[in-house]
Amino acid sequence: MSVSQSASSSQNVWVFAELRDGVLAPVVMELLGEGRKLADTLGHKLCAVLLTGSSDSRLHSQLAGYGADRIYSAAHPLLAHYTTDGFAAVLTELILQESPEIVLFGATHVGRDLAPRIAARVNTGLTADCTSLDIDPETGNLRQTRPAFGGNLMATILCPVRRPQMSTVRPGVMDKAVFLEGRSAEIIPICPALKEEQIRTQLIQAVSETLHQVSLSEARVIVSGGLGLGGPEGYELLKKLAGRLGGTIGASRAAVDAGWIDPTRQVGQTGTTVKPDVYIACGISGAIQHLAGMKGSKIIIAINTNREAPIFEVADYGLVGDYKEVIPAILERLERTIS
Amino acid sequence: MKMIVCVKQVPDTAEVRIDPVTHTMIRDGVPSILNPEDANALEESLRIKDRHPGAKVIALTMGPPQAQAMLRECLAMGADEAVLLTDRAVAGADTWATANTIASAIRALGGAELIFVGRQAIDGDTAQVGPQLAERLGLPQVTYVQKLTTLEDGLLQVERRMEQGYEVLRVRTPVLLSAVKELNAPRCLSILGICEAYEKEIKILSIQDLDITPADTGLNASPTKVYRTFTPKTERAGVLWEEDAGRMAGKLLTALREKHVI
Ligand SMILES: Cc1cc2nc3c(=O)[nH]c(=O)nc-3n(C[C@H](O)[C@H](O)[C@H](O)COP(=O)(O)OP(=O)(O)OC[C@H]3O[C@@H](n4cnc5c(N)ncnc54)[C@H](O)[C@@H]3O)c2cc1C
Repeated sequence: MSVSQSASSSQNVWVFAELRDGVLAPVVMELLGEGRKLADTLGHKLCAVLLTGSSDSRLHSQLAGYGADRIYSAAHPLLAHYTTDGFAAVLTELILQESPEIVLFGATHVGRDLAPRIAARVNTGLTADCTSLDIDPETGNLRQTRPAFGGNLMATILCPVRRPQMSTVRPGVMDKAVFLEGRSAEIIPICPALKEEQIRTQLIQAVSETLHQVSLSEARVIVSGGLGLGGPEGYELLKKLAGRLGGTIGASRAAVDAGWIDPTRQVGQTGTTVKPDVYIACGISGAIQHLAGMKGSKIIIAINTNREAPIFEVADYGLVGDYKEVIPAILERLERTIS
Repeated sequence: MKMIVCVKQVPDTAEVRIDPVTHTMIRDGVPSILNPEDANALEESLRIKDRHPGAKVIALTMGPPQAQAMLRECLAMGADEAVLLTDRAVAGADTWATANTIASAIRALGGAELIFVGRQAIDGDTAQVGPQLAERLGLPQVTYVQKLTTLEDGLLQVERRMEQGYEVLRVRTPVLLSAVKELNAPRCLSILGICEAYEKEIKILSIQDLDITPADTGLNASPTKVYRTFTPKTERAGVLWEEDAGRMAGKLLTALREKHVI
């Protein structure tokens, strides 16, 4: 059943250039950053594979700027939107033709749909959701490290015989490639012979969602603010984080008493008792009456400038710092991960 | 409509602890459960059956003999039949070899119009077996299904969850779908269901019943090999960080992802 390739003839490190609404997904820059290191270690070229509805020179110069030495650019009207069948057909053919040594995908909803389909078709191994990659100095094999058992265990996986070695890589983990203006790359245009009947799913609609407000007691995630926010405007930042995490906002009584936020948001002995999956306390000291309303939360995260604040005693994760710096840093990293 | 739901018995990873001295995973006493998103896949198939009397739901698993306990649970939920593929030859299979083997079992069962899987199992978290199985069976796939509507004769409309929204897709059966937890809330077991489950027989398959050989399955056939495992330097619950905001944010998100909360 196997028609896989042997290790000897394969070369180069490939990165799948996933697009989001026509622009490169942030994970692509991370893959190019990581791919660069692997390619340099092996003495191979770093190649980006781009599938688009029509050829796009702006994307070519971006990929080149982020370090791709070569760009396989496949353009076909049927590639304007992602489909498993269309993308798998084109990528498989290219892989069989060019025999790359390594192919990296973002572990996104697209990458995790596409990569296993291709790995099965070319009969090679695939390692999911890697958080670290390096080359074994003795064998030249790719060491792919990933969490398993809910993060309780890490496993390093090899694909010693078959080629290419394929991984999906967790977004937000690897360092992004540095952009150098004016870098050039060899462009290999590909005109795939795709037919409509090959694509067996029909896209009716793509819906982008902005998350709406959820009630306190039902929320899985609560981002709560106290007097430490310094004023009502602090809740804007908390709302952003809550929105990103699919949650809602809460407050301490002191913040309610200060008139910064609606009393329905109060958590604690005289407010609502909550038990979300995640409770993030920002600028809340952790008075016993507040704790009474939230200490049943599965995971408690506290952000406070005072390392002696009692809230840290009940927190699973305590971050000593100003919420005005910490929350934007979290948002920035989430942004990278999501897109 | 005939539906095969692929299910897996997994250790409840929320209960897994690391031995503080040996730094190994303590699996003793950790309960084995029906993988949560497989329960969503089963539930959705049962709902289709509720709407279309005469439809049939088969729960299929590959695993050790103990996995029969989980299959009883599937029967108690309402599956019509349960099949256990168990054989020493399949042990240690990676996702490529697992997909070969399950595809073969599905052929041995005469195929189905709908193959339903959970997006990923909580022990390995790969989300690879579904698409690899679809490839082996030559079927179209839709992964991350959060909503399903059956339209007329073999036409399905599904919502595919994306990072920031969803896609609405149409696809014809036969097809493979993978379920995410947003799809539904799996039903509770009824007393009657549990009693009935013990009257049903679990069909046992071995590699002799399949159209593959030991060269296509198990540890030796697997293209990937586990080189080493180790326990991560996890910050113990109750950690306190006092450093650069970006670094703290990174550590926090990594920890939350490991715990599957985001
Ligand atoms: C009978 C009774 C019932 C009560 N019921 C409740 C109740 O239901 N719920 C409730 O919440 N309270 C309740 N309280 C009030 C409670 O005792 C506390 O007074 C209140 O919870 C304190 O609110 P706080 O943590 O927001 O403010 P503070 O105690 O003033 O804490 C503010 C915190 O913010 C930190 N901080 C300052 N600046 C920043 C920054 N830039 N970034 C990060 N952190 C910063 C500070 O270090 C400090 O720890 C009740 C009290 C009584 C007597």
